[in-house]
Amino acid sequence: MKRTYLGEFEEIVLLTVAVLGQGAYGVAITDELDRQTGRAVSISAVHAALHRLEEKGMLSSHMGDATAERGGRRKRLFSVTALGSRTLQEVREQRNRLWDSIAPQSLPAFGIVM
Amino acid sequence: MKPDLKPPRWAERLLEFFCAPHLLEEVQGDLHERFQRQAMLFGAKIARQQYAWNVLSFIRPFALKRKKSEYPSTYLYRPDMFRNYLKIAVRNLVKNKVYSFINIAGLSAGMAVAILIGLWMWDELSYNKYHQNYEKIVRVMQHVTNNGEVQTWPNTPLPLAEELRKSYGSDFKHVTVSQDAYSILSYGEKKFSKKGAYFEPQITEMLTLKMLKGTRNGLQNPNAILLSESVAKAFFGEVDPLDKIMKMDNQTDVKVTGVYEDLPANSDFHEVTFIAPWQLYYNNNEWVRTMADPWRPNAFHIYAQLIPNADITTVSYKIKDAKLNKVSKELAKKKPEVFLHPMSKWHLYSDFKNGVNVGGKIQYVWLFGISGLFVLLLACINFMNLSTARSEKRAKEVGIRKAVGSVRAQIVYQFFFESLLMVFFSFVFALLLAQLMLPFFNSVADKTMSVPWGNPLFWFTGFGFSLLCGLVAGSYPAFYLSSFQPLKILKGTFRAGRWAALPRQVLVTIQFTVSVTLIIGTIIVFRQVKFAQNRPMGYNSNGLVTLPMYTSEIHTHFDAVKKELTKSGAIIDMAEAGSPPTENYSSTSTIEWKDKDPNLSVDFQTIAISFDYGKTIGWSFKEGRDFSKEFSTDSSGLILNEAAVKFMGLKNPVGETIKWYGTSNKVIGVVKDMIVQSPFQQVKPSIYHLTPYPGGVIIVKINPLASAGKALSEVETVFKKFNPSQPFEYQFVDEEYAKKFDNEERIGQLATFFAILAIFISCLGIFGLASFIAEQRTKEIGIRKVLGASVTNLWQMLSKDFVILVIISCVISAPIAYYFLQEWLQKYTYRTEISGWIFAVAGFGALVITLLTVSFQAIKAALMNPVKSLKTE
Repeated sequence: MKRTYLGEFEEIVLLTVAVLGQGAYGVAITDELDRQTGRAVSISAVHAALHRLEEKGMLSSHMGDATAERGGRRKRLFSVTALGSRTLQEVREQRNRLWDSIAPQSLPAFGIVM
Repeated sequence: MKPDLKPPRWAERLLEFFCAPHLLEEVQGDLHERFQRQAMLFGAKIARQQYAWNVLSFIRPFALKRKKSEYPSTYLYRPDMFRNYLKIAVRNLVKNKVYSFINIAGLSAGMAVAILIGLWMWDELSYNKYHQNYEKIVRVMQHVTNNGEVQTWPNTPLPLAEELRKSYGSDFKHVTVSQDAYSILSYGEKKFSKKGAYFEPQITEMLTLKMLKGTRNGLQNPNAILLSESVAKAFFGEVDPLDKIMKMDNQTDVKVTGVYEDLPANSDFHEVTFIAPWQLYYNNNEWVRTMADPWRPNAFHIYAQLIPNADITTVSYKIKDAKLNKVSKELAKKKPEVFLHPMSKWHLYSDFKNGVNVGGKIQYVWLFGISGLFVLLLACINFMNLSTARSEKRAKEVGIRKAVGSVRAQIVYQFFFESLLMVFFSFVFALLLAQLMLPFFNSVADKTMSVPWGNPLFWFTGFGFSLLCGLVAGSYPAFYLSSFQPLKILKGTFRAGRWAALPRQVLVTIQFTVSVTLIIGTIIVFRQVKFAQNRPMGYNSNGLVTLPMYTSEIHTHFDAVKKELTKSGAIIDMAEAGSPPTENYSSTSTIEWKDKDPNLSVDFQTIAISFDYGKTIGWSFKEGRDFSKEFSTDSSGLILNEAAVKFMGLKNPVGETIKWYGTSNKVIGVVKDMIVQSPFQQVKPSIYHLTPYPGGVIIVKINPLASAGKALSEVETVFKKFNPSQPFEYQFVDEEYAKKFDNEERIGQLATFFAILAIFISCLGIFGLASFIAEQRTKEIGIRKVLGASVTNLWQMLSKDFVILVIISCVISAPIAYYFLQEWLQKYTYRTEISGWIFAVAGFGALVITLLTVSFQAIKAALMNPVKSLKTE
């Protein structure tokens, strides 16, 4: 099945936007990524990914409100579009299918086997 | 949050500069938010570093890319708009006639000069390129050391040619000896004396002569001659000249074996109008065949062509000692060093000082090239200045254009279009002007150039240059005017800033710096010429005429001719000499005297003369007496000049015995130095000796009571009677002497021309500026007058600005001019001083001219009735 290609980083950013819900904007996404994955990403990388995702139609955005610490500048708030949501879903199903078709014991064991 | 906590300013600026406007708000907001938190957590320093780093990391394509405007962009190249630009440009031209005139006249004058200079430089740089072997042809020359001073001679001894062929033959394709020829050619009744040269047969291949008749093998037979096209025409008209028998110098029969295309004026051989075989010269001149030491007389030119893959410098080094190895011990003292001077350098790099090439005419190519460029620059500056000065007038137009939808690029195009239009008008005028000035320019520069109308390269350069000129001149107004904000202009709050006039002032200063420098240069060049002209000549050139002697008829009947002419009152004296008083061809190194330092090497000019020579040219004695027929011993007597006495260090020269080539001679007199060679150099030590047949020229002194024309026609009749075979030719000595200043006078004339032009263009510029400023300040002047300012006050006020600029220019130009002229004067032994008053005069002159130009406008404005200027609105 053909769908728009989604890079690994893009996928994580898209998921983070979904996690954050109403308050997804640059700084918040960066912080959330840091907390969830431990990856120290630069703001510019996040912005670039967001920009790309919006171009691909998986995110939509609108300008939010301004705060004093931003020097009176507004935030751009992102939300996942239907296309984005469907893509995420498809990616997840694909992964699940792959997981399901792995024969037991074909992955080397590590830690506690559940 | 501390309010004074701010991210680094430069990073902010950088971000605002590169980030696309539609992204800036969110990006900057995010970064600030991050910054504030970092500052709280880690302190201001780290936060700042982080911020800067973050900003830098935003330099990536997505942030740089600008979003396309939602509105359709204006189509920049609409023909309608161009029609409109044209219309407005023409209206502006017609409305401001004075400005238009100043602009176009100034620019076309500048361009015309640039065209002429360009043609001249092209001509100079393409010298000798007519000859296809240009790259490989050389002249064999030598450096000779005379008492520590290295002299460079273009002439060489005869056996050197054979030596080069024999010992270094593998590097040379052709070697030829040459001798200048100045002969009477005759065919039937027709007789002309023509300049030509004797060469060995290979010369035709070396110079790649274009043979119109016959072949390049024409010189094999010693009694052959090749004629140039113009000489062949003069003798034979339409008749085929091949195989016709002509007579040379009324004695030798020669057969025409070919006709070659005339050599162009920019070839060093352009005066060679006929070529005779070297063998003929050898056969006809006994002295060449019977030279005691053939290595001694340096009386021949040697030209050579190298083999295709030989390097001139290498070969030149190889043959260095070709002469030294062969000459006698005495001649070896002069350390003759043979070298090759490549054809590409003959014309432009012909000067040697102490054995090193120090350039030559190339300096003038640079000098005039730069001057021409400066004149053009001045004209461009005018254009820029006037356009920007008028900007306030056109500001409203720009405002309205912008308000109704012009984008900035359109305004830029409009002004470029206008300036290009002006430049092309100017180019057309410049072409006309150049064509008109060309005859004058040719006569000053001693050239025969023409505008190459048919040459695509010329048009290409011309248009290319105009385009460049238009873009350069138009760039400032275009970008400056288009940057105005329409709102401000239309509201009337537009004010040119405090610095708006600064570029204009800088440009005016440049203009006057160039002009004043040129004025100083002109004055010094003329003073140098005057200085040398005021040197005493040592003889009286008034009414002195020389007549070349090609054959011995007049000599044989010398007394009869002289008697007849003096009796009729045409002349008062007559003598013979080896060379005219303004030239000398022979010199000697074999002079010995008492107490001579054996290591001293000698180079004395020797002048062969007859009795009455001194009386004829009117030399003056310092000591002793002239040759006289009453003393039979005078045939072995010598007369020295002061320089020779000084060189030999003789206390009592008269009566001393001097050995010349082994023969003892007695000094009978010492004459005051006479300027024979360059009037800018020292007079060389010279010896005058009596010879039964000096064989060069007849010198006559015309009777000052008779008119020169009548006297000469009488001389002609008598000469024709005794020597009917020779065409009558004569030269006035004072004219020949004046020619020694030709080069310097030419520089002076060109410098004057440039200086006048530079001043003219600069004045046009400030005239325009002054009138503009007066117009701009009309109201101010009106109010000042009402409040009681006098005309003098106002005149001072308006002129002051320009006067200050000119004074600054004078201060800048003085050291520049001093530096360059000091350099130029270095090459003259006799040179004038650069004194302070020259700078003062030049500065004062520039100031007066400026004041006159500005005052016209200033007084006009100051005299205006204030009622009129204040009433108008």
